Amino acid sequence: MDFDDTNEEAAFRAEARAFLAANATLKSVAKPVSRGRHIRAEEITRAKEWQAKKYAAGFAGITWPKRWGGRELAPIYNVIYAQEEELYAVPRGVFEIGLGMCIPTMMAYATPEQLERFVGPALRGEEIWCQLFSEPAGGSDVAALRTRAERDGDDWIINGQKIWTSGAHYCDYGIIVTRSDPNVPKHAGLTFFFLDMKSPGVECRPIKQISGTSHFNEVFFTDVRVPDAQRLGAVGAGWKVSITTLMNERLAVGEVPRPDVEDLLALTRMIDVDGEPAIRNVAVREKIADWHCRTQGLKFTRFRTMTALSRGQTPGPENSIAKVVNASKLQDIASYGLDLMGAAGMVMDPELAPLHALFQEGLLFSPGLRIAGGTDEILRNIIAERVLNLPADIRVDKDKAFNQVAHGKR
Amino acid sequence: MNFDFSDDLNQLRDQARRYLAEHCTSKHVRSVLEGEKSYDGALWQGMADMGWLGAAIPEEYGGAGLGHEGLCIIAEELGRVAAPVPFTSSICLAAEAVMLAGNSEQKRRLLTGFAAGMHIGTLAWAEGSGNPRESSFTPRLVGGKLTGTKWPVPDGGSADLCVVAAQDEAGRPILALADLRAGGVTRTALETIDPARPQARIDFAGTPAEQLGAAGEGWALLQSVLDRAAVLIAFEQLGGATTCLEMATAYAQERYAFGRPIGGYQAIKHKLADVYIANELARSNAYYGAWALQTGAAELTLAASSARVSATEAYHLASKENIQTHGGMGFTWAADCHLYYRRSKLLGLTIGSAGYWKNRLVTELETRNAA
Ligand SMILES: Cc1cc2nc3c(=O)[nH]c(=O)nc-3n(C[C@H](O)[C@H](O)[C@H](O)COP(=O)(O)OP(=O)(O)OC[C@H]3O[C@@H](n4cnc5c(N)ncnc54)[C@H](O)[C@@H]3O)c2cc1C
Repeated sequence: MDFDDTNEEAAFRAEARAFLAANATLKSVAKPVSRGRHIRAEEITRAKEWQAKKYAAGFAGITWPKRWGGRELAPIYNVIYAQEEELYAVPRGVFEIGLGMCIPTMMAYATPEQLERFVGPALRGEEIWCQLFSEPAGGSDVAALRTRAERDGDDWIINGQKIWTSGAHYCDYGIIVTRSDPNVPKHAGLTFFFLDMKSPGVECRPIKQISGTSHFNEVFFTDVRVPDAQRLGAVGAGWKVSITTLMNERLAVGEVPRPDVEDLLALTRMIDVDGEPAIRNVAVREKIADWHCRTQGLKFTRFRTMTALSRGQTPGPENSIAKVVNASKLQDIASYGLDLMGAAGMVMDPELAPLHALFQEGLLFSPGLRIAGGTDEILRNIIAERVLNLPADIRVDKDKAFNQVAHGKR
Repeated sequence: MNFDFSDDLNQLRDQARRYLAEHCTSKHVRSVLEGEKSYDGALWQGMADMGWLGAAIPEEYGGAGLGHEGLCIIAEELGRVAAPVPFTSSICLAAEAVMLAGNSEQKRRLLTGFAAGMHIGTLAWAEGSGNPRESSFTPRLVGGKLTGTKWPVPDGGSADLCVVAAQDEAGRPILALADLRAGGVTRTALETIDPARPQARIDFAGTPAEQLGAAGEGWALLQSVLDRAAVLIAFEQLGGATTCLEMATAYAQERYAFGRPIGGYQAIKHKLADVYIANELARSNAYYGAWALQTGAAELTLAASSARVSATEAYHLASKENIQTHGGMGFTWAADCHLYYRRSKLLGLTIGSAGYWKNRLVTELETRNAA
């Protein structure tokens, strides 16, 4: 075993390092970048500028085809770049959904002319995309969605409501899955489109999250006209297209969310328990060790996946554990950090709270991570069914026409 | 990035798995668990003949020279079948101690015997309750004679050579190598949670012994030996945890309750998903340990501690939830679940419990952070 780069990988890493050193500032443990505060217009501008720089230097679409401005490199190069970028405080997140999920779905289903029009601007950071899947009627059970699409000549008319749509309020385009036929079982009656978020009849209302900020939205559709040319996949094949999107979600290279072990180490040196630094306390040490093992376990699990990729093998299912482990770990570390602070753990003023309130922010942010992109429960189901081959849950709605299926009041 | 075993070593794994499927069934484990034998001699000899015992021992000392990655593979496969042999004691502890601390004459004299399975070694650090601790070892080596008591000593009934954490005449910590076939040795078999890996109390009363490594270095050497053993045992634990998950999954697919397989109920599905998660984390940490051990990396202590903690917790979880998934059947002597439940706890204690290794891990993080 070794962790060595090949010559090509080493050259690429050196190039990435040089680019980052010249264009970004290193992260600081003492002053973490806040995640919990509002995304303001100037932050979107900053993110766009950074994305344009990455594009110009060839670090935006590392695995993408050259004709779209990518480098056509193997997935391992994405990981190498991510390893280097992780050390820097750069604006992240705004483009993840578009470049990670929406555009790859477009690449699988859109026409060459459409790709010509949309891929470049997305990669350069000029246009931002969102994913309009979840609805009040279903997030885990997203195929229970009710937003209607009805054919009208060369157009479709969309009516209904999406919810939890990250970034919809600043996005330019979105991919949307709708119900085109309620008379057939739920998976069979869906149709998929992309649309201009500025279309008449689209209305975004930001939702205030428990952290007090608003990263996601309700999106209402009232007689929104979408040309049939913007349909992705066949009429009634929307579920298959959605699967393409969701598969890409699982390929995303996630960063380790903070606060993590390094932050806890820093905190336990600053704070006393029973008159000595918390880090001297046996119970505290055991917790640190537990989380270290999880963080490192995930890191090396990713390395196993990368190794399979670089050997030209199909990776095993091991990386499916990443989000479920990360999300709970974050919540537990944040909560434990506050416990160590005692009563002062309540105080979120960044001038007073250690590490600029990183732990307090983590407490209020982490519940979302256990829900977004597949809940803890759904992810455990996926591991049990796809990896361990255990039987699927009983699905009472599977063979019934969608409009005959029972639904709740909420 | 090359973070997996080579094709050659994966072939070794296949070969080991085939051999053990025939020569180490649960019948073999039970014949030791329930019988008078302290290990399965035929299996032990077979392992020696296949070159497994000497996998990490250099060829000049009678080994196969496959390196520690090869030994990790063997350990994992033995763990999968809960092999009733003194592998951990003789190979992961005693042979490692000699390779680490012995002089070239000692290596030449001792390692061939370990590789051939002719000698069974062990390492005695414990003196009753507690985890390994500096300056806590009381046996004394004076004029080539060792006096003192150790318990529990793994495979202490069948071993003929024993590495002992002790002190010299001047009270400095040392490792001593005692000859258990010589006079002045009283061995008492102890009743334990896993009779397929027996433990003994050994009283040394002027037993002939020699020093292993420099005087005063005993504690540092012991810690290094335990680091190496921690990686190897992590693979053994990982193998056992993998078997437990396979057993539980198979049973959950076959056993029906309320008109469908119990594996269709989320309480069981999610439990087994959690076992899978713990096993994968343990596997990844164990691989890092294997890399550190093979390359002699400075990160060995940190990697070994993480491997040890992850594997200990994964095996405990997998073995107890395997019983739970089997219901009443899991609690019977006749079902094999308990073989793994016993072994998981035994391996989790034999070189210091999870708490000891968590503390060692954080001490490493602190020094690394300070540097
Ligand atoms: C921060 C954040 C950002 C998001 N961004 C987007 C976005 O950009 N676009 C988008 O389309 N969606 C987005 N979502 C929505 C997200 O995908 C859904 O919230 C999620 O899939 C859960 O759906 P739900 O909210 O309807 O909860 P429900 O599905 O109603 O779940 C409620 C509870 O029931 C459990 N449950 C549901 N079904 C089962 C089952 N079969 N077995 C066991 N337990 C079950 C769930 O695990 C959960 O605990 C976002 C969510 C969050 C929190």
